[in-house]
Amino acid sequence: MNNNILVIILASGVFYGTPIFFAALGELFTERSGVLNLGVEGMMLMGGVSAVWASQHIPGSSWFVVLCSILIGAFAGSLVAALHAFLCITLRTNQTVAGLSITIFAGGLGLSSYFANVWDVASETVKHPIRILNPGGLSDAPIVGPIIFHQTILTYLSWVLCVLSLIYLFRTRTGLKLRAVGESPQTADAMGINVVKYRYIHTILGGALAGIGGTYYSLTIVPQWVDGVTKGAGWIAIALVIFGFWRPDLTLLGAYLFGALQSLGLILKSRNIEINGSILDAMPFVMTVVVLVLVSGGWAHKRLQAPASLGVPYEREER
Amino acid sequence: MKKMWKLAAIAATASLLVAACGGSDSSSDTTTAPDGDSAVNGDAFTYTNFTPFEGGTVVNCAPADGSAIKAAWVYVGPINDGGWTQTHNVGREFVQETLGDKVITTYKENVPEGPQVEAVIDDLVKDGNTIIFGTSFGFQDAFLAAAEKYPEVCFEFATGYTQKNNVSQFYGASEDTKYLSGIAAGAEAPAGATVGVVAPFAIPEVIRGINGFTLGVQKTNPTATVKVVWTNTWFDPAIERKAAESLISSGVKAIASFQDSPATGEAAKVKGIGWVGYDSDQSVAFNDIWLTASTYDWGPYEVAKIQAAIDGKWISGDYYGNLSDKFVSIANYGKKVTEATKALIASERERLTATPSAEFTGPITAQDGTIKVAEGKLPTYGDLMGMNYQVKGITTDLPQS
Repeated sequence: MNNNILVIILASGVFYGTPIFFAALGELFTERSGVLNLGVEGMMLMGGVSAVWASQHIPGSSWFVVLCSILIGAFAGSLVAALHAFLCITLRTNQTVAGLSITIFAGGLGLSSYFANVWDVASETVKHPIRILNPGGLSDAPIVGPIIFHQTILTYLSWVLCVLSLIYLFRTRTGLKLRAVGESPQTADAMGINVVKYRYIHTILGGALAGIGGTYYSLTIVPQWVDGVTKGAGWIAIALVIFGFWRPDLTLLGAYLFGALQSLGLILKSRNIEINGSILDAMPFVMTVVVLVLVSGGWAHKRLQAPASLGVPYEREER
Repeated sequence: MKKMWKLAAIAATASLLVAACGGSDSSSDTTTAPDGDSAVNGDAFTYTNFTPFEGGTVVNCAPADGSAIKAAWVYVGPINDGGWTQTHNVGREFVQETLGDKVITTYKENVPEGPQVEAVIDDLVKDGNTIIFGTSFGFQDAFLAAAEKYPEVCFEFATGYTQKNNVSQFYGASEDTKYLSGIAAGAEAPAGATVGVVAPFAIPEVIRGINGFTLGVQKTNPTATVKVVWTNTWFDPAIERKAAESLISSGVKAIASFQDSPATGEAAKVKGIGWVGYDSDQSVAFNDIWLTASTYDWGPYEVAKIQAAIDGKWISGDYYGNLSDKFVSIANYGKKVTEATKALIASERERLTATPSAEFTGPITAQDGTIKVAEGKLPTYGDLMGMNYQVKGITTDLPQS
């Protein structure tokens, strides 16, 4: 039963959707605060390479090293995000330009590749990869085994984060304030909310989550450093935030859909069904555009739109 | 783009490093021992496999004053890409080490395939480099243009096909070593099972490698079939892993990847399925599932040609290395490979060393049943270079493109 093609597609949807979800959840927080960060790809790659460094150099038991690697991956991602925050929030530069520069600066052939050289981490597989778990020996259970129990610790972490962020965004005062900052920083400021602080914190948090997404690539999917390993996952994550209407739960489902699409072509090929992989690769973006068009009018327009002040620098003096 | 990431991922050096550092698996002492070759820096190079270009003349590219010759390498990737470029850089280091102060080597890494290549070559020539190695198929046009422009400079090009009086081509018979690795895969899979292959592009040199591999599988497992998934990329670890997973979930009992990020190995490791890699020795890191791999060694040829240039004897031609000069080799075995299989590979290796491409001794039947190599015959060099059919036993079709 576990060789059923649907089970396999769903299982790989979860496996390959997880890093996209981390990055997208991070971007979701950033955008909810009104900051657009197009540097996701760069932050993921910096997180990924730093995690590999940690995995190679930190001594100790495997689980301890894995924990440190994840934290260091998150830290590296947040450092890059802090740079973006400084550029966009303090210096009020154009967020699109700043984000693009960060992806180029930190991305595939930039800083992440430089550090990989300097640290010489590319020449061997990582010592402590994040392995697929088999909790309670359940990974052979019918249907749910491969989908739910044949995953890494990061997948379970992502579920916890998904629930926590739903509560945070929609059930706490801080979450409400965050949304206010993203919708109307002037109003939020008038209410006494520190707009700059909120934006900094959530941009940096976004970077940390993107860093974990990158860590998933370099410690789970390909437990070895390769330059540009994320191959555009950061851009899919940005599209996914839109696709998921800036809601963590929908973003999680979207991540699994996009993850499944990424391996669908190959799964079909191995069953002698020829399909053009390039079309499938383009699907996440096509679907995002379709969703954008669909929600541009009607009830959805009011309920499921981007934060109103997304991408707009906040200048207090202009109030 | 052809060769851009052809071999990307861990290089032979990586394996040496891993070995030197002790690696992560400790159980490998008895099992990785010496049946395979050290994948780098063989010393058996001879000119046997070098065919000078017809009508070619000697190009004098060494400095007239007898000072050290300056040699440059143009790489498409970073030198630590863990694969294609890294193995080429190991070749360069071997050149420097072997020829010592007779040569000054340099390299340009991360050179994109495009108009920049010519500018890079211009710079290198301006800096006094007189023998230049190109290591990515996409550089070929720029190299040919530069060769026109600088007739006094010797150009050496890996994996291309066009010759000029001052442009040599060098590559080698990895189909022979893929055949040997196929023997291990066939022995690993139960009789009549399916063996999976993760492959980049359906071009002759890849197809010929898969054919060689399949013939190897059939050597030990005559009723086995081979299933190929084409990833249409030289290098994309995530896609490679997905391709491997999809093959494994479709029921293959052993798997090979001819684009060698360890991603396929990771997927195989999860399910404990035997893995044949490519271009890098992963016998330590993946000892549980590792079978073996086909590897390259670029350095000795490069040393010989630079020495020829120094001696004023450099001439362009076609180099197609093989087992006899150790241009291709097989990596150390993993612990799944039995003694009987090792012995069979050793004897087949001897046969192929004596007669390269002997695995293609006719009759070779294509998928559609036509005889491609007649009984008792060997394919010609041209047959090999233009191989565009899959042998019988491969169940997937070639992609239409």
